[in-house]
Amino acid sequence: MTPLAKLLEAALFASATPVPADALRLMAAHAEDGETTLESALEELRLHYENDGHGVELVEVAGGWQILTRPEYTEAIERVQLAARPQRLSAAALETLAIIAYRQPIGRAEIEEIRGVGAGAILKSLQERGLIDVVGRGEGLGRPLLYGTTSSFLEQFALRHLEELPRADELAIALRAPRHAGPTATTPPVAVGAPTKDNGEAAPRAD
Amino acid sequence: MDDVTTIHSSSLAVADSAASEVFVVELAEYSGPLDLLLTLIRDEQIDIYDIPIARIAEQFLDRISSLKLDEAADYLEMAARLVRIKAQMLLPRREGEDVWEDPRAELVRRLLEYQQVREVVDVLERRSEDRRSRFARAYTQAAVQLPVAGPLVISLPELLSAVDRVLRLARKPHVHDVVPRALDVDGAIGIVRALMAIRARAQWKDIVPRKAEPWEVLSLLLALLELAKRGELRLAQPRAFAAFEITRDPSSEAA
Repeated sequence: MTPLAKLLEAALFASATPVPADALRLMAAHAEDGETTLESALEELRLHYENDGHGVELVEVAGGWQILTRPEYTEAIERVQLAARPQRLSAAALETLAIIAYRQPIGRAEIEEIRGVGAGAILKSLQERGLIDVVGRGEGLGRPLLYGTTSSFLEQFALRHLEELPRADELAIALRAPRHAGPTATTPPVAVGAPTKDNGEAAPRAD
Repeated sequence: MDDVTTIHSSSLAVADSAASEVFVVELAEYSGPLDLLLTLIRDEQIDIYDIPIARIAEQFLDRISSLKLDEAADYLEMAARLVRIKAQMLLPRREGEDVWEDPRAELVRRLLEYQQVREVVDVLERRSEDRRSRFARAYTQAAVQLPVAGPLVISLPELLSAVDRVLRLARKPHVHDVVPRALDVDGAIGIVRALMAIRARAQWKDIVPRKAEPWEVLSLLLALLELAKRGELRLAQPRAFAAFEITRDPSSEAA
């Protein structure tokens, strides 16, 4: 392997979360391995795991790169309780996440309107899981909290960026175009307002 | 191993476990009234753009009462909406009115929108399964440990000279004799009063004798403060670090 590929391997090994592409680029710039580019080194590392028979693989996710174990060993690892798979999300939680992913930033009232069910408890638990966060406040009555997905969402759903989700017009039923023009994929949404309790959001679902 | 399998099978209602204060109705079968409605439409193989609203409304009501869901406000709201649309459908259409607006249109729009959400959920579910089947390195910050010192390498003379150095540094404790000589504040008050009886104003140096013992100085100081507190005299300092002036308090004189 080239020196840069080895350096990247070490960096990726040292991190428990995906290493942002920017961080890797910075490392590559300092490594002074003039011959190899970051992209070629990553590809080299990926092929190294791919071809030489390894238990791990290099995965591009959430705007960065990460070394993950291969799926075929998951059960064996779990059996001896070295690691446990995270719990699945409920259908209601997934629906809420899907709506937020496409319509962010979005307030609670709008989510409830689409799903036809109260969303307070689900929003709270999704936020606790770090999948969504408050990204601002709306203009409307009571300045409702607006939610957006986090980079942890991308990570847990094996997405490189939000654009990897099917575009609205690619879905079988294309109805409303998603409101977001250019979703920020790599940077997690910056919480503007303090994520306190959702107050003044009691806008009734009138339609 | 049985534990592991049970964890996997209990996939429902994870997200709502945190909500203790809110009553949340969530079944494994339906994630909401729209889901139930969509299921009915799918089961009956109905064209979503032409829903036989009377039939669907009836089935919806049947289903929620059989599931004991009739208490859940969200389901009830949908039931009410269906009944209202049904009523609107029964109203005779007026001749000559330009466009007849289908009362079901809003419901259809919502159902289609919801179906889109379900599609995305399928994608998310696949993705999440893919990710769940891989582990990242479980990095935990190790507790900070101080480096353990190795065995001491030192010769006997070195050790002895070190001991000597320590002993020389540790000087003998300074033994101090405490002479019991209590402050005589009452006596000092007498002195100050006597002086102020003959003088209208005085200064510190007038009161304290030249070669006063510390206890005398302290007694006089406390006496002055005491008398000032009682209001018999006034202490004033014209400016910082200047000698302060002691004057008889005019108000106490009057009294």
